[in-house]
Formats: sequence, C-alpha cells, structure tokens
Amino acid sequence: MYVAVKGGERAIENAHRLLAHERRGDRSLPEITTAQIAEQMTLAVDRVMTEGSLYDRELAALAVKQARGDLIEAIFLLRAFRATLPRFGTTLPLDTAAMRIRRRISAAFKDLPGGQVLGPTFDYTHRLLEPSCSDPAEPATAEAAAGPTPRVTDLLAADDLIETTARPAGDGGETPPGDLTREALTFPAERDLRLQNLARGDEGFLLALGYSTQRGYGRTHPFAGEIRLGEVALEFFAEDAGFALPLGRITVTECQTINQFKGSASTPPRFTRGYGLAFGHCERKAMSMALVDRALRARELDEEVKAPAQDEEFVLSHSDNVQATGFVEHLKLPHYVDFQAELGLVRRMRRDHEAASGSSREASSDDPAPEQIREAAE
Amino acid sequence: MIMPAQTVHSPSDPAATDVATSDVSMSGVSTNGVAMRRAVMAVLVEASATDLAALVSQVAVPEHDMIRRPEIGLVMVQGRVGGDGQAFNLGEATVTRAAVRLASGETGFSCMLGRDPEKARLVALCDALVQTDAAPVIERAVVAPLRARLAEVQKLAEARTAATRVDFFTLVRGED
Repeated sequence: MYVAVKGGERAIENAHRLLAHERRGDRSLPEITTAQIAEQMTLAVDRVMTEGSLYDRELAALAVKQARGDLIEAIFLLRAFRATLPRFGTTLPLDTAAMRIRRRISAAFKDLPGGQVLGPTFDYTHRLLEPSCSDPAEPATAEAAAGPTPRVTDLLAADDLIETTARPAGDGGETPPGDLTREALTFPAERDLRLQNLARGDEGFLLALGYSTQRGYGRTHPFAGEIRLGEVALEFFAEDAGFALPLGRITVTECQTINQFKGSASTPPRFTRGYGLAFGHCERKAMSMALVDRALRARELDEEVKAPAQDEEFVLSHSDNVQATGFVEHLKLPHYVDFQAELGLVRRMRRDHEAASGSSREASSDDPAPEQIREAAE
Repeated sequence: MIMPAQTVHSPSDPAATDVATSDVSMSGVSTNGVAMRRAVMAVLVEASATDLAALVSQVAVPEHDMIRRPEIGLVMVQGRVGGDGQAFNLGEATVTRAAVRLASGETGFSCMLGRDPEKARLVALCDALVQTDAAPVIERAVVAPLRARLAEVQKLAEARTAATRVDFFTLVRGED
C-alpha cells in the first residue's frame, strides 16, 4: 500500500524552475521552436503521435520540446492532454488502398502494379555521420505514373493464395470495434482490441517481441509483403449535417506481412497475414506491430502458444509505455511507511534467526527457512 | 513525417474520387448538393488557414449567426484489419468543428483536423454560402484558387516520389 507524504513544496517548486533552466540549455544559443521540431525532428514527432495515440503534429512537437526530447515523457504529456478534450465521434474507417503514396516497397514481389517507390528512407544509406547534412540539394523529380496502387495482399488474395481479411459483401451492419480507452481490456482479447493496443504500444517493446519471433520464439516466418507510407483522407459522419464531412488527410504507415501457411482437410494451404498501422512515418513500429499481431493470432490459427510474443495477456498488459513508466517510476516516490514496515520485518527475522542459530549451533545450518525467504521478498 | 514544409497539412486534389464516392444524403438534401458541398469542403479543410482567410475576405459575406461556436475536440480514427477487414480503433485526432446559419436560412457545417477555430468558422461559412446563389462566386474566388494551389503542391510531391521509383533485378546465383 502506498501511504502519501506531505511537505517538500519549496524544494519541488525550485526543482521545476531548475528543470526549466536546464531545458533551455545554453542561453547564448537560440531557443528551438516547436515549428522546427515539427519540421526537422519529424520522426520523433510521429512516434509521439502514434504512441500518444493522438494525431496532432503541433502538440506532439510541443510535447517533445517540453519533455527535453524524452519521448516517453512526451507521449505521457500528449495522453494527458487528450484526456481534457471531448470526443465528437468516430471517423469512417480509413482506406489505405486510396493512399497518396510517398513510399511503397515489397520484399516479396519485384514487379508490382503501380511500382515500388523508395521515398524518403534511411534504407541503403551508409550510416556514416555527416557533419554537414544541412542545405541538401533539391529533390529530383520524374514523371509520376498514373494508375492505381493496389495493396499487395489484395493481389495475392485474388489468386486465393493468402487468407482474406475482406468483409463479406453486403456487410452493412458492422458492429463497432472495441475501444480500450473506454473499457478496460479483458482476456481473451479479439483482434480489433489487440491492434488498438499494439498501435499505441511502445515501439521498443514491440520491436524486441517481433525480433524474438524471428529468432525462433513463436516462429512465423514473415515476408514484408508491403510497406506503404502516405496520406489518407479521413471523413466523419456528422449527424447534424446529415452527411460525411471530409476532415483532411493524415499520414500513416502500413505494413502487411505474409507468413507461413495454414490449411486443413477442408481448406487448401494459404499464406497467413500480420498487420501493422501507425500514425505518421513509423516504419519500424508498423513492421514490429505486424509481426506481433501475427504471433498473437496463435490461438485463432491453432498454433501452440509457447513464446512470449504469442501470449496476449503478457504482450497486451505490458505494451503501454505510459502505464509501464508510471509503475516503474513510482518507485522513486517516497515509500517511507512501506519501507519502515519491511525494516521492522527484517529486524524481527534476524532476531528469530539469531535465536534459532544460537540454540542450534551444533546443527550448523545457516540457511534461512524457506518461509522466511518468501516473506522477505513480498 | 518527411515532407516539404508547405505540404504538412496534406495537399488535396478536390476532385479526389475517394471523397466523392461514398456519398450519403439526407432527406431534403439532393445528392448532387451533398457531393458538391463535400468536394468544396475537401479543398477548404486542406488549404492553409492564411490562404483561406485572405480569399474569403475578398467576397461579400452576408449576415450570419454562429449556431455552433468553433469547438476543439477529438475524433477516434479507425483503420481496418489488413486494410480491408474488420474496423479497429487506431488512435484519436484533434479536430475543430463549427456551424453557421445565414440570415437567408442556409446552414453550413465544418469539422476538420487540427485546432483552428477561425478556419473552422470560415469553412462552415463557405459551406453555407455554396448552398446559395453565391455558390459560383465562392467557387471562382475561393475554392478554385485553393484547389489549384493544392494540386500544384501535390504534383510536386508526386514527381519527387516518382524519382525514387526502383527496379530490382534478381541475379542468377553462380553456384554450379
């Protein structure tokens, strides 16, 4: 049990003043602006929007600045801000097939209808530090190809070689998906809630879990079927207007993995799929999400659940970095009463131990009784 | 996100079919009218607030009431499993919405990404105006120039992306 403390107001206030001073850094240098962060630290901003679960570049940039570049602290700030606003409703589901593509690659197919474009990527760079990376050359231009850019998975699905995710035709009365910001997660969790959880989950945690599946802990042998980045239009059905209002466009990154097969006596073998979707340009996150999404489908696909990435309660309960940092970092707060209780306990145990070892020195057993070990650990 | 600065609020092609296809009409509103209002909104919400304000200031605006003052809130953004499957909640986005009524009775609405009360007011006002005889004026003086600017930005972005088109070749392994 946590027992509150009082006092320290003056010290806390001064600590916050000192924090603001440190945040400002050397005052002979110009102060960084949130516009600069939004424009030049774009991937930090995108990560904060994705894991803060709030699409707003200006607010995310402000959060990065206020948090001195500590992205988990910035994510925490964004989540807290989000809680102050009313929710007007839910958008119509976005359509990634209609994306204005800025990057689209497939590691499974060379020749895609619509082509592959590398876009702004770190891939194939030499990872050498370049001291003067300012004032880059104007980007090259080329004639843009017309024509649609269908999702690679839709192409495979047309040949029945991969499982389909499409809803049955005429599916008008779709049940609304679960929302873990409104109702606490319970287990087993269905795929809509798992994806919501993963979408706001910590990139590092999901990266490690995705990596673990590749190394054999819940092996699903993935290919990057397609990764696409670009802008998608959002629409919101407004009751008072009576029609769907265009809201504008957001940037998203989508990853579709193609994984090993599933078939049965009645159905032919097909590739299976994992799915990742993130706000902004968060490619590592979207890929990790797709790997973990696929691993978490073990139950549905009758696979043996034996690796951490397949254990939905383990994954979904520990993916949120705001919850995680709250529980880990609360250990810094004063726990004086708890500790006094433990101190009293260990003193009593030592007295008991001394008494026991004094009376049975002949038996020469220094090991504490198992019950005492357990008690000390609690 | 790595984009040229001027495209941060995402360019739009107002003729974008993805906006015009899923038309929903209510009784009393013609489908054509709704399609036109949606096409106008698709341009205005993606235009820069400064450009929009400058252009609206050049047209005569009739008497009107704010029936909903600009209000900032959230919408939950949904995606679909695999891109085309069951919907799921991806995360929220900030939006601003407003509604105006002209003295002549037309009601205009707006709801757009971001937090910009003045822009929300102007978009709702334009939505009301395009339902009146002033529609051609709004189209010519406000919507058309913004549409052209957005199309230009989008064209440049597409050309820059196209320059990164890649053709990979598989090589025969020399193992035998």
